[in-house]
Amino acid sequence: MINDVIIPPGFILIIAGLLLPLLKGQLRNIVLLAAPILASWLVWALPDGESVTAEYLDYDLVLVKTDALARLFATVFCLAMFAGGLFAVLQEKTRELAAALIYAGASICVVFAGDLISLFIFWEIMAVASTIVVWAGGESARAAGLRYATIHFFGGVLLMAGIAGEIALTGSTAIGTLTLDSWPRWLILAGFLVNAGAPPFSSWLPDAYPSASWSGAVFLSAFTTKTAVYVIMRTFPGTELLIYLGLFMVFYGIIYAILENDLRRILVYSIVNQVGFMLIGIGIGTELALNGAAAHAFVHIIYKAVLLMSAGAVMYRTGKTKCTELGGLFRTMPLTAIAGIIGGLSISAFPYTSGFITKSMISQSAADAHIAFVWFSLTTASAGAFLYVGLKFPWFTFFQEDRGLRPKESPISMQIAMSLMAGACILLGVFPSLLYDLLPYEVTYVPYSFAHVVFQLQLLLFAGLAFFILLPVLKPGKTITLDFDWLYRGAGRLLAKEFNSFTFGLWKIVSSISLCFYRLAGSVIRKLHGPGGVFTETWPTGIMAFWTTVLLGVYLFFYFL
Amino acid sequence: MSNNKNKDDHFLTRGSTIKILWFGALASLFILVLLDFFVKHYEHFGIEATFGFAAWFGFLACIILVVGSKIIGAFFKREETYYDQ
Repeated sequence: MINDVIIPPGFILIIAGLLLPLLKGQLRNIVLLAAPILASWLVWALPDGESVTAEYLDYDLVLVKTDALARLFATVFCLAMFAGGLFAVLQEKTRELAAALIYAGASICVVFAGDLISLFIFWEIMAVASTIVVWAGGESARAAGLRYATIHFFGGVLLMAGIAGEIALTGSTAIGTLTLDSWPRWLILAGFLVNAGAPPFSSWLPDAYPSASWSGAVFLSAFTTKTAVYVIMRTFPGTELLIYLGLFMVFYGIIYAILENDLRRILVYSIVNQVGFMLIGIGIGTELALNGAAAHAFVHIIYKAVLLMSAGAVMYRTGKTKCTELGGLFRTMPLTAIAGIIGGLSISAFPYTSGFITKSMISQSAADAHIAFVWFSLTTASAGAFLYVGLKFPWFTFFQEDRGLRPKESPISMQIAMSLMAGACILLGVFPSLLYDLLPYEVTYVPYSFAHVVFQLQLLLFAGLAFFILLPVLKPGKTITLDFDWLYRGAGRLLAKEFNSFTFGLWKIVSSISLCFYRLAGSVIRKLHGPGGVFTETWPTGIMAFWTTVLLGVYLFFYFL
Repeated sequence: MSNNKNKDDHFLTRGSTIKILWFGALASLFILVLLDFFVKHYEHFGIEATFGFAAWFGFLACIILVVGSKIIGAFFKREETYYDQ
């Protein structure tokens, strides 16, 4: 029962997604683009606090609960959906776009969810809708989509078990700061972390996202991991464990991206890396750190969209995604190249790009908290980011050696989408207060000082020097790198092979033993019943009469007894 | 690189341009390190306020990351057809 006329913003996108398959041509595209605009208007029209409640079973569901943090994430989700939709207007598979709208809508519903049950419902809708987006990648995405769905439903089971336990123990479904003092809360955190791509579940990202279509990966990169960051920020701020998980993800992302050949997988590994930064911020848990994590999630969605759009446009035009097959495209795709470079500079936190004003907040919070190893790790990772993605992605796609590829520049709709998001990267970098004003806590942090800019430029440009010196080593080969998903992709097959040879061996033993018995039995039967055997001989009638007499005698004996 | 007489001899791929780019890049790196003289350092952990810290740290960090990942890669790299039957 909805007790007000306020429409939850996410519902607009979900309804638009359900309608989309019925629409054709330009009308489809108009709905695709109008829905996120309308939703973002609704986001900003929502009053603070609980505004839409409903009753389900015996629980009071809070469908919309608004504050600065929720508005921040909902806004960037609307932006990502709008820009992604604009980028995807040439996508022929309407089911992908319909699923993307529902996926984005459900993410916004998670952001506004005021209780654990409604959070869970939309969490699962996200899992289903995003799986459909992966599957829209075609035949090759089928298996990856199934693995993706399996992992997410597993995460959903953990979350549901946690929520059920939490209700049983405390009777409360409220979303608030939780401490890790009971098993249901551990389960809730584990469920969230599966979606964040934390170890040992980092590998679903590079497995699933790069098998999506040229536009699908843009949608996928925005919502799932950042929704997880959002809910973890709400429920477990200041949990030290998150710092260590985050550090692992940061370096995992770098190492795997350095070794990777596929452009979109490089970009997806860097999602894990960047979400690691956010988890570290949440783990540190001070106001500066939480602001930093939220702001970083916001700008990350934007520059990751630019990067995946740039890679998607290249894929759309050339059908190729590998470093070993691309190169020299700057000649004919200059705007796509510039967008890729701006995205690369932003993710590397170059001064006057969006990454600079947010990543430094997280590093600064580590310095303020005097956690030396975190600060040095983050600084190492910041230098590494320029090397493994900021330079690697544009260099191997648009420069390196000329492979004679001369595709046309990307279509105009893609150019507009890329320019919009790349422009946002620069705008936020030059005017940080645009973003800082939206953050949950008041910002006193000043990103631009002479010392900070010099520090960052030294760090990044010397990382760049290292890149060009190490270029021969960095050239990727036609390889993949084994990951945790080997456990359910490779190990299973290996186990099946082992099992096969084990059962085959067992079968051999059993069959040879039974063959022995069979032969033995055969020879006994042959002896008794074969030619000359005791049962095949012709017996005289006298013997028969004798044994009948004996039998009758025995019978009489027992009868009279 | 196409440094021959091809008609797609883009100015960015000419040997002379690349030379200028390298020179410009190295010069700006040098100037950046010199700028450290004018920076007031706030130290939290001691080492990060030393002269030119970010420059050598960034450079070394990248070398170590690349070498480290190559070592890991030596164990975990497989052909790209590994998972296809």
